[in-house]
Formats: sequence, C-alpha cells, structure tokens
Amino acid sequence: MMPELGKYAAEVLSAYAVTIALMVALLLISLRHSARTRRALRDVEAARKNRSGKGSATDG
Amino acid sequence: MSERLPKPTSLWEYANPRRFMALSGFLLPFVAVGTAVALLIGLTWGFFFTPDDYRQGSTVKIIYIHVPSAMVAINAWMMMLVASLIWLIRRHHVSALAAKAAAPVGATMTLIALATGAIWGQPMWGTWWAWDPRLTSFLVLFLFYLGYMALWAAIDNDDTAAELTSVLCIVGSVFAVLSRYALAFWNQGLHQGASVLRAGAVTGDTEERVSNIFAVPLFISMAGFVGFFILLLLVRTRTEVRARRMKALQARERMS
Repeated sequence: MMPELGKYAAEVLSAYAVTIALMVALLLISLRHSARTRRALRDVEAARKNRSGKGSATDG
Repeated sequence: MSERLPKPTSLWEYANPRRFMALSGFLLPFVAVGTAVALLIGLTWGFFFTPDDYRQGSTVKIIYIHVPSAMVAINAWMMMLVASLIWLIRRHHVSALAAKAAAPVGATMTLIALATGAIWGQPMWGTWWAWDPRLTSFLVLFLFYLGYMALWAAIDNDDTAAELTSVLCIVGSVFAVLSRYALAFWNQGLHQGASVLRAGAVTGDTEERVSNIFAVPLFISMAGFVGFFILLLLVRTRTEVRARRMKALQARERMS
C-alpha cells in the first residue's frame, strides 16, 4: 500500500507529518475553544435569566 | 437566538451577528463534509497514486501540501484585508471578528508552507533556506501574522484592537502580494515562478507547466485546503461572536 518513496522518503513523510500535525492541532484547539465559549455563554445567559426571574418574583 | 428572522434583502444584513450565526450554523456541516472529502481524495490520490517526477523524484508529492497551504496563507491575509476594510468603513463587528478569527489559520498555513518548502528545498536546492525574494516575503508575512495576533491580544478594548489591527493588516498586505508576485518583481532567487495558478500553467505548453497527472489531485487538494480554511473561519468567527456577546452581558451585569 505504501508507495515507494526511494531516497527521499524521510523528506516526503516528514513534510506530510508536519502538515497533518499542525492542521489537526489547529482544528482541535479551535473546536475546544468553541465548545468552552459556548458553555460559558450558556452559563452566563442562564445566570442572567435566573437573576431576572428571581428579581421579578420578588418584585411581584 | 431562536426567534425567526425576516428574509435578508442585502448582503450587509449578514453583518448582523444573529443572522451570521444562523447562516454559518446551517453551512457548517456542508463545509465540513466537503472539506473532509476533498482533503481525503486530494491527498490520498496525490500521495499514493501519482508517479515520481523524473527530476524531483518522490519529493514532488510535497506539492499537494506545499502549494495549497501557500495559496491559503496568502489569500487568508487578503480575506483579512477585505474584512478589515469593511470594519473601518462600515463598522460591522462581525467582519472585524472574522479577520481576527482568520489570523491563526493563516499563520498556521504560512508555517506549513515555510516548513514544507524547507523540507522540499533541502534535497532539491541543497539548502533548507535561502534569502530568496519569495521565501523572505513569506517569512515576513508569517511575522505579520504573529504581530497581528499579538496586537489583538495586547489591547483590551475590542474596537480599538480592531482599528489598530486593521491598519496593520493594510500594511501587511504588501507582503501578501509580494509573496505571490516576488518573482515577477525581482526575477531572481531559487524559488520557481508561478506554475500552477496562472494562465497556461495547466493547459499551456511552457517548460514549467504542471502535468495533468499532478495537476488534477493538486486542484482537489487545493479545494480541500480552501474548505479547511472556510470551516475554521466559520467555527472561529462563531466563537468570537459568542465571546463578544458574553463580554457584553457581563459588562451589563456589572453596570446594573
């Protein structure tokens, strides 16, 4: 399955390895940051809703 | 964010964060699948099913990652330039956030292009690096990316950061253009001229014409890299929009 890369095998494989590693790392970091921010925003919105709910109940 | 929005009547309405979130949320799965398919086909075809070049041997397989990453690196900066100009002229926050979101992706692509270029250059030119116009302008472009991200991180006020980084982006555009056309300006150095994205590169009969055996998987791989950029741009811009809303809510809480 592996193509015959001859004397340049190390160069070709390392180029692909560096590229895939950087792209996967960037993708994972972006997704993790996205999930964290989404969770944090949900928490802030929920806390705000609770506070305003409590506020109106007390006011009422 | 779940209320139904009226139908947009102009492109500028997508500068509305809610409309942007709705559209980008709809597009994301399609972009993700398209990107995965294009990358899988392009890179698998290029790596496993293309022959060696008669002069460069198997190192020609590096073309499927080097050229697409370099292309995205340059065009990501040009996209940031357009977004920055929209921010400066029309003050749409989503465009400033999109420019901010694109920078790490562009920087990573520039790094990939520099690294794969050095790895490819060593056996072909006998050196990892040369102060050649194209290589040097690419290195400067990478430094501009780092400076751009550092400037965003260094300024607390988002609007001020957006303004200053927009100006930096305009200045850096010179190097984004130079990275592409350095050879046309100076006509010297080790790096070859444009042999893919120019008239006659594929259908022409010039010496540096890319054979169709290499060109077809290369174009698929380029489509995959562009898709990867768009995918991350959407994901990261959505993150920035959410972070901005969170900041606004927290500020409102503090004020009340």
